[in-house]
Amino acid sequence: MTKPLISVENLTLSFKTDEGLVTAVNNVSFEIAPGEVLGLVGESGSGKSVTAKALMMLNAENSVYSDTSKITLNVDDRDHDVLSLRHPAEQKIVRGGAISMIFQEPMASFAPAITIGEQMVEQLMIHSEMTRTEARDVSVEMLTRVGIPEPAQRFGQYAFEFSGGMRQRAMIAMALSTRPRLLIADEPTTALDVTIQAQVLDLMKDLVEEFHMSILFITHDLGVIAQTADRVAVMYLGNLVETGTVRQVINSPAHPYTRGLLNSLPKLDDLEAPLTPVPGDIPSPLDRPSGCVFHTRCVESGDIAERCRTEIPITTIGADNHRVDCHLASKGKPA
Amino acid sequence: MSDILIRANNLSVHFPLRGLGFGERPVVRAVEGINIEIEKGSFFGLVGESGSGKTTLGRAMLKAAPITHGEVIYSDGEVQYSLADLQKDELKDYRTRAQLIFQDPYAALSPRMTVRDIIAEPLEVMKLTSSREETDARVREIAALCRLNLEHLRRFPHAFSGGQRQRISIARALVSGPRFIVADESVAALDVSIQADVLNLLNKIQRDSGITFLFISHDLSVIAHTCDFVAVMYLGQIVESAPTRKLFAETSHPYTKALLSAIPSLDPDVRGNAQKLEGEIPSPINPPPGCRFNTRCPHAQERCRSEIPEWRELSAGHHVACHFAEELS
Ligand SMILES: Nc1ncnc2c1ncn2[C@@H]1O[C@H](COP(=O)(O)OP(=O)(O)OP(=O)(O)O)[C@@H](O)[C@H]1O
Ligand SMILES: Nc1ncnc2c1ncn2[C@@H]1O[C@H](COP(=O)(O)OP(=O)(O)OP(=O)(O)O)[C@@H](O)[C@H]1O
Ligand code: SF4
Ligand code: SF4
Ligand SMILES: [Mg+2]
Ligand SMILES: [Mg+2]
Repeated sequence: MTKPLISVENLTLSFKTDEGLVTAVNNVSFEIAPGEVLGLVGESGSGKSVTAKALMMLNAENSVYSDTSKITLNVDDRDHDVLSLRHPAEQKIVRGGAISMIFQEPMASFAPAITIGEQMVEQLMIHSEMTRTEARDVSVEMLTRVGIPEPAQRFGQYAFEFSGGMRQRAMIAMALSTRPRLLIADEPTTALDVTIQAQVLDLMKDLVEEFHMSILFITHDLGVIAQTADRVAVMYLGNLVETGTVRQVINSPAHPYTRGLLNSLPKLDDLEAPLTPVPGDIPSPLDRPSGCVFHTRCVESGDIAERCRTEIPITTIGADNHRVDCHLASKGKPA
Repeated sequence: MSDILIRANNLSVHFPLRGLGFGERPVVRAVEGINIEIEKGSFFGLVGESGSGKTTLGRAMLKAAPITHGEVIYSDGEVQYSLADLQKDELKDYRTRAQLIFQDPYAALSPRMTVRDIIAEPLEVMKLTSSREETDARVREIAALCRLNLEHLRRFPHAFSGGQRQRISIARALVSGPRFIVADESVAALDVSIQADVLNLLNKIQRDSGITFLFISHDLSVIAHTCDFVAVMYLGQIVESAPTRKLFAETSHPYTKALLSAIPSLDPDVRGNAQKLEGEIPSPINPPPGCRFNTRCPHAQERCRSEIPEWRELSAGHHVACHFAEELS
């Protein structure tokens, strides 16, 4: 077996806030193999972005990692203990070196007063030996590949002059231009229309093949997940509640929350069908439920509801490392 | 014929680019010669490629983007305005009648204001209430409609989930009692469950209060489930529009067809069967002559490269701009 490119063990991460310590990620473990695409899905606020940023040490100053948390990056047969990287020079490997990230907020990731092109060139020059002219050529080429029309002219424009989707594509171009080992893509295609999305997904798949790049793909779009991911992890209120191959999770979901997400999708073959959200609101991370984190909204707990309220489910592990945190799965229901 | 709340006649919105050399200054033709009518009380969906001008069109209808040519007429039975030449006091009044729900629930809410103050701000700025009690009562009423409780109103937005923030934005847009709301991409950043929840809420508001919505999204499947009418935009123009069911049953424009085929399938074993559009993606600075879709259209003929297709009615309420719509549908 090849070593995973990145492995996350028992990641627990809280934020100090005025209202107390907020646990955003709770005891999360997963691995990504070289060339593998892991899809990460889950409700807004469930901790997907925070988990992703942890891999690059990009969380805010007020973040606190538990002592048990460990993130190991393996590049060129060398292990890097990510959470112990302290100096900017060491952190370069996870920040645009071996890992690069397409951020969820495209406006925030471009400096407003510098042209898009200049930012791409600078990024490339920091992480490679390229000359300014080479960096310029690579940048224009990447802008072309993500479908920005008239890239040479757009190169000299500022972020506010781009539409939302164009900013997103420019960011994808910037993140891919350094040819990372792991690309973290946080909702990269949310603002794109489906024909462009199909192109961007193709581009990402090509890069996986060409450079054996791995991707951590964060999206709420289960269709995109079905089309791109090898494995899928489902997050709820800071916990990973189900992880498995894309077929296991999409075709035979084992966790009630995963089933709820799949049920709430609009179905194109039945326009009359009402949309059915998971009932209720996600609890505030300030008061995490006891027992199973999902018990306040679960429609399947039935006669074990009391147990769900008090007892934290242990992880049941099935074929192909299909992991499920639910009492129903551990009771012997097919996992 | 039902009442039309807002209509655009031959509407164009151009943005000048900073000068690059000689001659005529280039402009971005973000919206070019658009005609649409939005019926009172309807849920009107707008889809299209990124950069196709959806936000710009929505903003022009809110008088928040410059109207370069053409006109936008708003008429709700009480007032009638031509947005291109509004007087100052008319604009003030129009701001209470037409509202925007923002694209991004994270950027939109000021982190230093409590939720109560965020929702109350439009009332205070527009001086729509005369006492703090009246403001509070109105805020509570709207908050309850959007499923926010009193406890929520005292807190700051960072303490909320994406779905709750979205409901705060909706409450803020509703508080002035608007007749027309542009909801720009307001579910794109949310996960599917919250999205379903927010869409159900918007639909309920539309049914209960008769507010007219222009709903902007990339997601045709979302539009299909929520909207009464759909218009498809490409490069600053509307290429097809119809009542929702008709658009799906009798899709006529090649771009609409490509959009439908590219919706990612939920079946992991059916991968990569999206119809790929080849060819250069043109720019709104230099749109191609003739049909603007001709550089990517799989059915393009010589005629498409020279002659602009007319915007015409194929059947009742179904409009399209393609020379070959009959043969292709
Ligand atoms: N700097 C911070 N200080 C305090 N809390 C924070 C901070 N950053 C994130 N959080 C909290 O951590 C939790 C997880 O947030 P995160 O951004 O990871 O969610 P997400 O799953 O990416 O959601 P979305 O789908 O909306 O992007 C949220 O409750 C959020 O409010
Ligand atoms: N203030 C501005 N100055 C210059 N160009 C602009 C401005 N606002 C928009 N544009 C341009 O107008 C065109 C249409 O932009 P618009 O934001 O309306 O697209 P959109 O359809 O909403 O795209 P998205 O789906 O990505 O949000 C784009 O080419 C954009 O770059
Ligand atoms: S453990 Fe209980 S509450 Fe949690 S998901 Fe399973 S059945 Fe539902
Ligand atoms: S007019 Fe021609 S190029 Fe345009 S959509 Fe129709 S067939 Fe395609
Ligand atoms: Mg996020
Ligand atoms: Mg937009």
